[in-house]
Amino acid sequence: MKGVRHYPGFMAVTVGCLVVLYAPLIVVMAYSFNGSNSITQWGGFSLHWYTQVFTGPEAPRFGQAARNSLTIAALASTTATLIATAAAIAMVQGAPFRGKGATFALINLPLMVPEIVTAVATLIFFSAIGLTTGYFTILIAHIAFCIPFAYLPIAARLEGIAPSYEAAARDLYATRWQAFRLVLLPLMMPGVAAGWLLAFIISLDDFIITNFVKGAGIETLPTAIFGAVKQGIKPNIMAISTLMLAVSILFVTLAWFINRKGHRTP
Amino acid sequence: MADTRRRTLLLLPTWAVIGVLMLIPVLLMAVYSFLTKEFRGGVEWQFSLAAYDQFFLTRGLFGDEPAAIEWTYINIFWRSIWQAALATLLCLMIGFPTAWFIATRPPSSRAIWLFLITVPYWVNLLIRTVSLKFLIRDNGPLNEFLIALNLIDNPLPLVNTNLAVQLGLFYSYLPFMVLPIYAAVERYDTALSEAAADLYASRWTTLREIILPVVKPGIVAGCILVFVPSLGAFLAPDLLGGAKTFMIGSLIDEQFRGSQGNWPFGAAVSMVLMTLVLIVLMFHARAQGSRR
Amino acid sequence: MKRLLIPALLCATPAFAEGELKVYHWFEYIPQELVDKFTAETGIAVTIDTYDSNESMLASLKAGKLGQYDVAVPADFMVGIMAADGMLDSFTPEEMTNLGNVAPQWLDVPFDAGRKHSIPYQWGTTSFSVNRDVYKGDIGSLGIIFNPPDELKGRINVLDSQNEVLVLGSLYLGIPQCSTDRAQLQALNDMLLVAKPHWASFGSDIAKDVLVSGDAAAGMIYNGFSAKARAEGANVEYAYPKEGHVVWMDNVVLLKDAPNRENAIRFMNFLLVPENAAAVTNYAAYTAGVTGVEPFLDDAIKNSPENNPPAGITPGVFAQACDEATQKLYDAVWTNLKK
Repeated sequence: MKGVRHYPGFMAVTVGCLVVLYAPLIVVMAYSFNGSNSITQWGGFSLHWYTQVFTGPEAPRFGQAARNSLTIAALASTTATLIATAAAIAMVQGAPFRGKGATFALINLPLMVPEIVTAVATLIFFSAIGLTTGYFTILIAHIAFCIPFAYLPIAARLEGIAPSYEAAARDLYATRWQAFRLVLLPLMMPGVAAGWLLAFIISLDDFIITNFVKGAGIETLPTAIFGAVKQGIKPNIMAISTLMLAVSILFVTLAWFINRKGHRTP
Repeated sequence: MADTRRRTLLLLPTWAVIGVLMLIPVLLMAVYSFLTKEFRGGVEWQFSLAAYDQFFLTRGLFGDEPAAIEWTYINIFWRSIWQAALATLLCLMIGFPTAWFIATRPPSSRAIWLFLITVPYWVNLLIRTVSLKFLIRDNGPLNEFLIALNLIDNPLPLVNTNLAVQLGLFYSYLPFMVLPIYAAVERYDTALSEAAADLYASRWTTLREIILPVVKPGIVAGCILVFVPSLGAFLAPDLLGGAKTFMIGSLIDEQFRGSQGNWPFGAAVSMVLMTLVLIVLMFHARAQGSRR
Repeated sequence: MKRLLIPALLCATPAFAEGELKVYHWFEYIPQELVDKFTAETGIAVTIDTYDSNESMLASLKAGKLGQYDVAVPADFMVGIMAADGMLDSFTPEEMTNLGNVAPQWLDVPFDAGRKHSIPYQWGTTSFSVNRDVYKGDIGSLGIIFNPPDELKGRINVLDSQNEVLVLGSLYLGIPQCSTDRAQLQALNDMLLVAKPHWASFGSDIAKDVLVSGDAAAGMIYNGFSAKARAEGANVEYAYPKEGHVVWMDNVVLLKDAPNRENAIRFMNFLLVPENAAAVTNYAAYTAGVTGVEPFLDDAIKNSPENNPPAGITPGVFAQACDEATQKLYDAVWTNLKK
């Protein structure tokens, strides 16, 4: 039923968009099965890159790097989303307050500072205060720059929610916390989810800052891949990327099932 | 009073994390831009305006001609701003319909669409960009496809062009446009559209006059999230544009990781960049505040 | 409390030189089997951390990582820079027992006279390769890159590396490195600006891939990458131009404040054994700086034209590190080229 929300051509744009997004991935997937060492000349079908990923000499290092990337991304995005949600509520709701502009600038600071500058400055700062670089330093650096990415979608969403909902709940004798948990939070959820997703992606893909603030012996997937690329891009990297893709598709399916189970029509 | 205390409490984690991890290092960088460069990287703790001098003034190739305005870096900035703006526009043109479409799907499938948009980003950006390059190069699949369909006779020279860079930036930052707009559209009350339809407004008029103003915060958020990183990007410009010219990002990167090792200058360029963005953001904040 | 404190303190004491080695290295530049062999022979556990460029290694060490690593693997000019900055520790020939294995021509190098801080790891050359399917003429001159024939115009990739491009440019014009002569530098600047429109791209990591994919028909390239390009099917020929080419050498250096100095020296000694040096060579496809490796080399590497320059060619030169004032001039030329 084509209602007022239907716009002709929007579906085509969306599908076209997905095609453009996935086309290079198909290349990545195809070349992960390449028989030769090249990433531009096809040399026949072969699974040996996949076996190499799991059993080859570089396998433990890539595996550890992937684990680090995923855990750091999960922890950093969750923490950043929590912090950003609190900040969004304070910033968007209520009257303008002194220091609001400054706070807004502060929240967006990680976005504005070029990554390379943040990277070097952060490392110098860490060594100045004697903090040993390692997993923890990567994590806190990630939390910091994930905050604005989580904040903006949440704030955008929150701006569209009239304070009257919460006020109505309070009128009905809900406590502040109940009003938040049962009224505001569900309404904000899409923004929070969008913020979490953005933060997760940003953390997962980060290279420059991670490269500078990580400690000896620790790699994340981007730093491992970038380093490997210096010797020329080989299909084993394509294989790793395809595996990451498979993991995320698994994630999607899992999330869909969970969503189905706990879903209530609004 | 309780309001202020509550607000302070809510903002405390943000101030603590970003204050310590970003503000202090950034202030450190500001200080660095006024120091003397140490040969091959690092700084000497001695006040110097050499970095800003290098940015704004030129004294010829050998440094002994009379000072004149240095257009080189201003040109680099201008070029990067243009590129970022075009990339943002491209993301907006494609991202808005996409976000609208996803937000108007039945609730059960929305999450899937969202994940479909974000799943490609689980693959490392370098690899994706290299693969994009593979697709659009002269004897790559795209050109072969177009030639096979007789749409063109000769391969389109796409690699090492500005168009390729736009495509690369679009590819890097699309979800950052889609997700905020999606969040805003999802909240949009369809009743407004229905009311407009009752008053004989066409879809497109409704879009222009009603929908866009309502979802504007989402659009602005998306634009910021695409524009600012695009300004400092250098992966897509280098790989797809041929790296023949500096962008702001590659210029700064060269100062810290390249062989020139001029940290104060890198810091100075960063300071100029940040000042520009800060001005834009302050305008935005003020506009937001005044609307209330 | 006190009863727990002392055992706790003892446990907290870091395990010293006995079992560890911290290496700062390029990714995939040493075969894991060789590292395992070292561990098996000596019982020392090796951790390898990686960097992706000489400059980022220097930046990291300067910004605070010095003292965390025992050895690093910088290029020739970087060894000189690190030594001048006091970042290197030295060893004596008595400690480095296998120092005699180093090929005689690499014992006394401009960046480390008498080999006090470093040992050779791998060396190679930087020149250019041409796709013979596209251009069949004479490629014995750097003019192919700086003043290309029509078939190659717009199809050349140049390394995105200030050092290599400026040195090759200087060789082409016949001017010395680290020159302070204004006329010479102006000539270099002008020549590069005239040549640039004929170049398709700047790129170092993709130098091999662009030749294989056909994005470029000629390009500056390292000899090892050229061999790999040929192995992947590109019909490229590596050139030894008459004006000269660049020679580079990666070296293992002993870092200052190395936490496990003794183990570091054992590792460096281990790498000087011909069989082990050959293992690295077979993996990285460059050339070892150690004598006696021939029996252990793979045929493909032993016989590749990239590793066997024809007789009578102009010898290659190391890139020199210039002093600060001169470096500033070359920096200006590079910025001018890329702006």
